[in-house]
Amino acid sequence: MSETEQTTDPVEVPRHAELVDEQVVAWYFLASLVYFMVSLSGGFLMAFQLIRHNPLDGVELLSPGRWRMVHTNAIAYGFLANAFLGMLHWVVPRLTLHPVLDRRLSRLIFGAWQFVVLSTAAGLLLGEAQALEWGETPVWIDPVAQLGLLLVAINFMAPICKVQGPLYVTLWYFIAAFIWTFLTYAMGNFVPEYFVTGSSAGAVGGLFIHDLVGLFVTPLGWGMMYYFVPILLKKPIWSHGLSLVGFWGLAFFYPLQGIHHFLYTPIPMFLQYGAVLSTIAVELVVTTVVINFFGTLWGDGRKFWDNMPIRWFYTGMVYYFLTCFQCALQVTMTFQQLIHFTDWVVGHAHLVMFGVFSMWLLGVMTYLFPRLLKREWYSRTLSEWHYWLSTGGILFMAGDLILGGLFQGWSWMGLQPWDHSVEISQPFWATRIVAGLAIFGGQLCFIWNLYKTWQLGPAVDSGSTPSAERAVAE
Amino acid sequence: MFETKSGIFFIAGLLFFGFAFLSNAVIPVLMYKDLPEKKVEELINPHLRYQFEDLAQRYPEQFKKVYGEPPEGEQEASDWYDAKCAEALRVGHKVYVGEGCWHCHSQFVRPVSNESKRWGPVSTSEEYQNELQRPVLFGTRRVGPDLSREAGRRSSDWHAVHFFRPQDLSEGSPMPRYPWLFDGSADKPNERGLGLITYVQWLGTWLDSYPYYEDYIESPIAELEKELAQSEPETESEGSEGEQ
Repeated sequence: MSETEQTTDPVEVPRHAELVDEQVVAWYFLASLVYFMVSLSGGFLMAFQLIRHNPLDGVELLSPGRWRMVHTNAIAYGFLANAFLGMLHWVVPRLTLHPVLDRRLSRLIFGAWQFVVLSTAAGLLLGEAQALEWGETPVWIDPVAQLGLLLVAINFMAPICKVQGPLYVTLWYFIAAFIWTFLTYAMGNFVPEYFVTGSSAGAVGGLFIHDLVGLFVTPLGWGMMYYFVPILLKKPIWSHGLSLVGFWGLAFFYPLQGIHHFLYTPIPMFLQYGAVLSTIAVELVVTTVVINFFGTLWGDGRKFWDNMPIRWFYTGMVYYFLTCFQCALQVTMTFQQLIHFTDWVVGHAHLVMFGVFSMWLLGVMTYLFPRLLKREWYSRTLSEWHYWLSTGGILFMAGDLILGGLFQGWSWMGLQPWDHSVEISQPFWATRIVAGLAIFGGQLCFIWNLYKTWQLGPAVDSGSTPSAERAVAE
Repeated sequence: MFETKSGIFFIAGLLFFGFAFLSNAVIPVLMYKDLPEKKVEELINPHLRYQFEDLAQRYPEQFKKVYGEPPEGEQEASDWYDAKCAEALRVGHKVYVGEGCWHCHSQFVRPVSNESKRWGPVSTSEEYQNELQRPVLFGTRRVGPDLSREAGRRSSDWHAVHFFRPQDLSEGSPMPRYPWLFDGSADKPNERGLGLITYVQWLGTWLDSYPYYEDYIESPIAELEKELAQSEPETESEGSEGEQ
């Protein structure tokens, strides 16, 4: 039942170097940071266009409409997917005490995935998009990406399958994520393009966007939290029962909500109501998960301030709760009348993708880079700037966009001329750029810090702090 | 079962996913299975044909360069226009998707928030049962207005100038310029430009209410007609559809 079972026989624990291919982890993290910066730059292009001061207006390959797609896809497939893959290459072997199926396969997947991401970007910039949000990947790349996801699943399922008996929570989430991501990608990229059309394709498309967040990003994110938080706090998760409720509640309710992206469309109303109800249900489940994690932190509040990764993780969880609470409200038909199609939703999306999952991954990187590079961070001050600029920036951006969305909704509902809604948005859009600059500056601090840390050279006393984490499960 | 590999793999991974796919995707698919999906060729209607042939009048050089010249004979020419119009619609749709137009312009009128006052009839399922809604273009955000009833509201000239430099027509518009849809100037739309104009002039042509105008914008024509009628009683022709 308990996660400590795996370590009952300490003699058998293989050495870290046999388990983890640290080079691959570092490659994935570095690749993800490159795409992260690309994505942020794409966001700026669109943001400057909205305030009507785009210095690069009129250049075909820099068209904000195309870069908006690069912005979202680079986050999903470039940053999140790469960072998650790096994290998986660290976590899965250490947790299962078995290396991945084949290290060469890991490297092959790394190359193949960069090919997928780069050709997606090239395709989008050349105007070859597919009309599906987050699935804009040109149709000729879809089969390659699909194959890549299959290989990822095989590579990680091999060590997981060798584990005897009940699994630890993290692995529940990871197993589910491998299947779900594969199925979700297939569903979203092939069904609405080749098999169905019109409103029913809208239902499938809604399911795809939703499942990509709920069944790819969310389970990998939470699985990651269930692994790192107990290790860093040096104590088990507060309640195993709540872990069970959280996982199974998410697994059941999350996939049922796709249609809530298209409320008031011609999709049948009873399906829309079903999606609304299961969305509200999953927010209750989310609350249990958040309670479980704060129960774990209870008594160790000091670590929130002292331990940078813990601070990233728990800040992300606070944002997770906020964004889920927001979702339980905005999913109702009442809120939808006003906020659908407005910047409210854009604010929500940024709070989820940056405020939660990116923050968690940045926390994981803050924790793992010293271990990968065998040296401490060059500067704690830069780490602090990274954290505070990111945390403040996203709160400012999300709050600003959510508020702006309300005013846009009122302007439309009040039948003001269309220009009115654009004019009143200007201050909100300008504020968003300031918030975006803060976030961007935060990441620059991180990258500079990383560069300086790398320049330091490995610590002479390599047997000290980082490698003391060798014992796998706490 | 709840913590084992097979339990998670089969129950959470496959069963729950399958149940969601069944209830959220297969049910609507089955409900709409009797609505036939129209091919692009079937979408061409007289309103659109009028707009397309109008492009041949407005941009004769560019039109000839892109599509060639219609054959002799009334029927042959008509078939030719239909074929070229379908081609233009496909190109226009590709541009609309590739440039990300659908990220700032929705294509569905909701039954709430006074949207039917602004844009006309609420969207219905059959409107989306065609090849150009594959994947469906409901949209996700409205920075600019909904476009599903856009056809005929403005002239093709207006659209050409607007795609070339939106701010010339809508002051303060945050829409980007699209000079690559033209051969150098706003009166020379290229294949992509002509395609996009055709596509936009198609949106909503299938409705009885075509072309739909926002009723809160006062048209100067009525005022002018009144003045005209006062000064010299005279039969008046229909108002032009150009200005909005």
